[in-house]
Amino acid sequence: MRLQPRDTRHLPPTVLIGGSAGSVEALGLILPALPADLGAAVVIVVHLPSSSPSLLVDIFAPRMALPVAEVHDKVQLKAGRVYFAPPDYHVLVEPEGQLTLNDDPPVHFCRPAIDLLFESGADALGKRAVGVLLTGANQDGAAGMAALVAAGATTIVQDPADAQAPFMPASALRQTTVELILPAREIGPALAAHAYG
Amino acid sequence: MTYAAADFDIELRLLIEAIYLKYSYDFRNYSPASMKRRVAHALQQFDCQTVSQLQHRVIHDADCFPALLQYLTIPVSEMFRDPGYFSALREQVLPILHTYPTIKVWIAGCSTGEEVYSMAIMLKEEGLLDRAIIYATDINPHSLQKAEAGIYPLDSMALFERNYDKAGGTRSLSDYCTSAYGSVLFDKSLRRNVIFADHSLATDSVFSEVQLISCRNVLIYFNRELQNRAFELFHQSLVHRGFLGLGSKETVQFSEFAGEFESFAKTERVFRKV
Repeated sequence: MRLQPRDTRHLPPTVLIGGSAGSVEALGLILPALPADLGAAVVIVVHLPSSSPSLLVDIFAPRMALPVAEVHDKVQLKAGRVYFAPPDYHVLVEPEGQLTLNDDPPVHFCRPAIDLLFESGADALGKRAVGVLLTGANQDGAAGMAALVAAGATTIVQDPADAQAPFMPASALRQTTVELILPAREIGPALAAHAYG
Repeated sequence: MTYAAADFDIELRLLIEAIYLKYSYDFRNYSPASMKRRVAHALQQFDCQTVSQLQHRVIHDADCFPALLQYLTIPVSEMFRDPGYFSALREQVLPILHTYPTIKVWIAGCSTGEEVYSMAIMLKEEGLLDRAIIYATDINPHSLQKAEAGIYPLDSMALFERNYDKAGGTRSLSDYCTSAYGSVLFDKSLRRNVIFADHSLATDSVFSEVQLISCRNVLIYFNRELQNRAFELFHQSLVHRGFLGLGSKETVQFSEFAGEFESFAKTERVFRKV
């Protein structure tokens, strides 16, 4: 038997979004701009207090053209669907294009951690991933963004000047060179116009 | 060094096969994404450049595998984690178990034992501990030893106590333990009816008939195939109308056994065999 190099053609293009402090507002600008026929799945990690039930689905579902749900373990990624990480679990992308929940210890004090979504997404999806890192006050997401850049993914970081908390996007920009640096209001249109191959 | 993803995948598969052949621990149907992360972390800790180097050590160095196992089965646990789950068991499940002459509970994947003591305390407060048997199983012998010792860091007690109160505890958690030297030791009468045992959901079979199985945040580390195997094992182990408690984001709903269980306490993820 011979193992082939990783083939990602059967996986849907997937937008991976991470954000922390201020990112609910930023997502409020980005997500409503995504069209109903978006050719990609969207997976979102937002840092939230672990004790509160996730209200993100309730907040965004009525404002979006795409169906929105909380990640359930081993759900198969589908283009045109939006998945939010549940509080207190990491979300990882499987090589076969499923999402896995994981309760390993927090990373950068965060569970879900953006780094874990981005690093597993870089590994599983390679060029078919689009990484978006938003406003936040810690360094989670910087290493993940670097992994996405190395894997040939399309990468977008919110302009620190536009971010409510600039530390997180600035940390990523110090660590790696991304394709686009945009204010939040331009990220939605950029994702809508992107040619998902 | 750049480490090609495809090479890592090949070597990871070989490592998992080597572990299975040499030590009979079967990680072959674990979630690849979670395994990759844990092995990548272990590479740093063992100062290995490649998974192949780690594989060499696992095969030839007798001390390596027990140490690696700690990274492959990271114990994450707290007492009364998700207090709502324990209230649901206390208020809705235990009154039904009350009717059995002997109450058998299986805690599958008990890790370092926090859930075992939580269950024992709850059974005691409901007057059921004396006629209960708790099977506490895990694949990690080091975790089982810790579970059996019942010693936890003193600084985790504040969280445990908060959880215990929210879970409807009727006393004070400190009534069940003594503290010394920065640790707390749980009362050994709590584990008088606990059987700690090595058991793998991947390779072992049914060992007893029980009325309640609690298996929390274990199945998320398995792929769908192994999840189905575990659900089959649970189904065979449960008495008619027995209960299955899962982690707060786990469900039987998407498994091959969806039709064999009904939801009993929906948000708390307690299911009941139909």
